[in-house]
Amino acid sequence: MTNATVHLEGQLHAPALGAVATGAVHAKGQQHPIKLYLVVWGWLFVLSTCSYLVDYFGLHGYLRWSLILLFMILKAGLIVAVFMHMAWERLALAYAILVPPVAVLVFVAIMMLESEYTHLLRVLFFATPS
Amino acid sequence: MAETVLTNTAQGAGRLPGWRGIAADWASDQRAFKNVSWGKAMMWIFLLSDTFIFSCFLLSYMTARMSTTVPWPNPSEVFALNIGGKHIPLILIAIMTFILISSSGTMAMAVNFGYRRDRVRTAILMLVTAAFGATFVGMQAFEWTKLIMEGVRPWGNPWGAAQFGSSFFMITGFHGTHVTIGVIFLIAIARKVWRGDFDVERRGFFTSRKGYYEIVEIMGLYWHFVDLVWVFIFAFFYLW
Repeated sequence: MTNATVHLEGQLHAPALGAVATGAVHAKGQQHPIKLYLVVWGWLFVLSTCSYLVDYFGLHGYLRWSLILLFMILKAGLIVAVFMHMAWERLALAYAILVPPVAVLVFVAIMMLESEYTHLLRVLFFATPS
Repeated sequence: MAETVLTNTAQGAGRLPGWRGIAADWASDQRAFKNVSWGKAMMWIFLLSDTFIFSCFLLSYMTARMSTTVPWPNPSEVFALNIGGKHIPLILIAIMTFILISSSGTMAMAVNFGYRRDRVRTAILMLVTAAFGATFVGMQAFEWTKLIMEGVRPWGNPWGAAQFGSSFFMITGFHGTHVTIGVIFLIAIARKVWRGDFDVERRGFFTSRKGYYEIVEIMGLYWHFVDLVWVFIFAFFYLW
């Protein structure tokens, strides 16, 4: 039953595929212009330079941390969306892969509480006055 | 069994988009990933599990750094180099970052040429990617040697909190291992592309299955993931 359906779908879409492949190339898989990759590559260089400059100019405190996080998220987003082609996949795959790591943020929150507590205990009972 | 080996972007076209699409794709005892081959789906699921591994490493580093009462060594100073008489902070890591990003760029183009069945360009770009990767590992070996000579050990270092060494060796060591495996993977696939295995659909000697150019994209997913992990290590370990 399922096999037949898949087979039928394959046949139905075969002419459509042929129509898409106007050039000599086989239009299978991810096809995007090379220019797109070069543009993203350029942006990754710019963003990396920016995050390096954060350290070079010795920015401190919340400004430093928010800039580091901003550049990190932008870089990660570009890599996943364009280089790994996630932007063109169906949402079923994208969400299956991208949603579970959100649970890590919960873990981060738990461990932040835990390490604050450990730190407090160490300050109270173990820190030697210097 | 109907063999749906290659990713077929056209096959997703007739189906519902958006949230309803997610429900429809996942529902009623059928393939969840409609237009993605099993190879690509499995690579994505492997990468998801690897994400959790690296998350745990970075989390344990965060916990160690937040809970210690001893000051954390300043990475900006630890990884500084004297080049031409000038003291430049974090320069080695910056160069390593640019090298890894460049390797991701060449990999993305290799995938593109692979789908155009441009055998020679695909193989050359993959070998360039492998060369960038090997350079990265080489620089990491240099970095490790320098730090070990300066007295950094997993149980202590001259500048501050003892956990610095253990976090550093664990995180960068695991990442470097991933890069090394990636280089080997790249060379193996590049050899197959160069030989024309995917043009004549030659069967692999180990799996006896036909190979397709999609393996270049699957390999690329792994390589971009290695770059992606470095983005997070760079932000959290070296810059924070």
